Amino acid sequence: MSELLKAVEAAENENVPQLRPGDQVRVFLRIKEGNTERTQEFRGTVIRVRNSGNNANFTVRRIASNGIGVERTFLARSPRLEKVMVERHSHVRRAQLYYLRERTGKRSRLKQKFSS
Amino acid sequence: MLKGLIGKKVGMTQIFDETGAAVPVTLIEAGPCYVTQVRTKDSSGYSAVQLGFGEVKPKRLTAGQLGHLKRNNMNLPPLRFLREFREKEHGLAEGDVLKVDQVFTVGEIVDVIGTSKGKGFAGAVKRHHFAGGPKTHGQSDRQRAPGARSSGTTPGRVFKGSRGAGHLGNERVTVQNLRVVLVDPERNLLGVRGAIPGPKGGVVMIKGARKQ
Repeated sequence: MSELLKAVEAAENENVPQLRPGDQVRVFLRIKEGNTERTQEFRGTVIRVRNSGNNANFTVRRIASNGIGVERTFLARSPRLEKVMVERHSHVRRAQLYYLRERTGKRSRLKQKFSS
Repeated sequence: MLKGLIGKKVGMTQIFDETGAAVPVTLIEAGPCYVTQVRTKDSSGYSAVQLGFGEVKPKRLTAGQLGHLKRNNMNLPPLRFLREFREKEHGLAEGDVLKVDQVFTVGEIVDVIGTSKGKGFAGAVKRHHFAGGPKTHGQSDRQRAPGARSSGTTPGRVFKGSRGAGHLGNERVTVQNLRVVLVDPERNLLGVRGAIPGPKGGVVMIKGARKQ
């Protein structure tokens, strides 16, 4: 890619660690409501990670009330991301965990992975 | 002041604005442009500024082009692209240099003029967004057909200017009202929100928006 393009693109967000599919994460997002700014938390499982430089993004899936699945995609280099905390890693065998969408309850569990 | 520059399309990316929103941006390597000629009502019948852009080796230009740039001891570098901008009051003299930060500031609205990518001989579906024919119900060879061109015996001909297949692209296109989101004088970069015509490396003219 052109050096000129790279020059204006966002630098890596140091508040976002390297994520892997299956990670249990807490995403803290700055949200502007009128004139006040507050931080919103989104907690769930990373089901997809795209490492593509400036447009790097990841998708987090969580089960909201009534067992409804909610997925949200974040731009990894967005300045709106305050921080991302990884709570645990999981043993997974795919890069995209779309199969979790068809599973509920105990069948949607992932096995924890302890070594980094 | 003249609101105009010549530039080269670098490509598209997205950047984050001050609120953190991702904005689609086209980068243009704009300038430095040299004032190669000032046209006045007396000399040419209209007022305009001719700018030059794109330094090349002297052997890439004809002797006539080189001579144009060396007129009146201007001593300009060999420039590949010359474009005129109509402007009455600009306060520029021949030989002046224009950098991107002298002309545009962040937040301004501009028009960008370029040559669109050539698509060759294109069918009516691609060229004029015709709907084509049905896919099913026993149809064959109809999916991208243009349909009827005209009525029957009366008028017995196809009206001039009827839309149909033909050459698409490779023509002058103006995109109006793009917001400037980035000005980088060090790298001669200009960033506008949205897409502009032409391929990467294509030459474009940037002007102040005429509809603002």
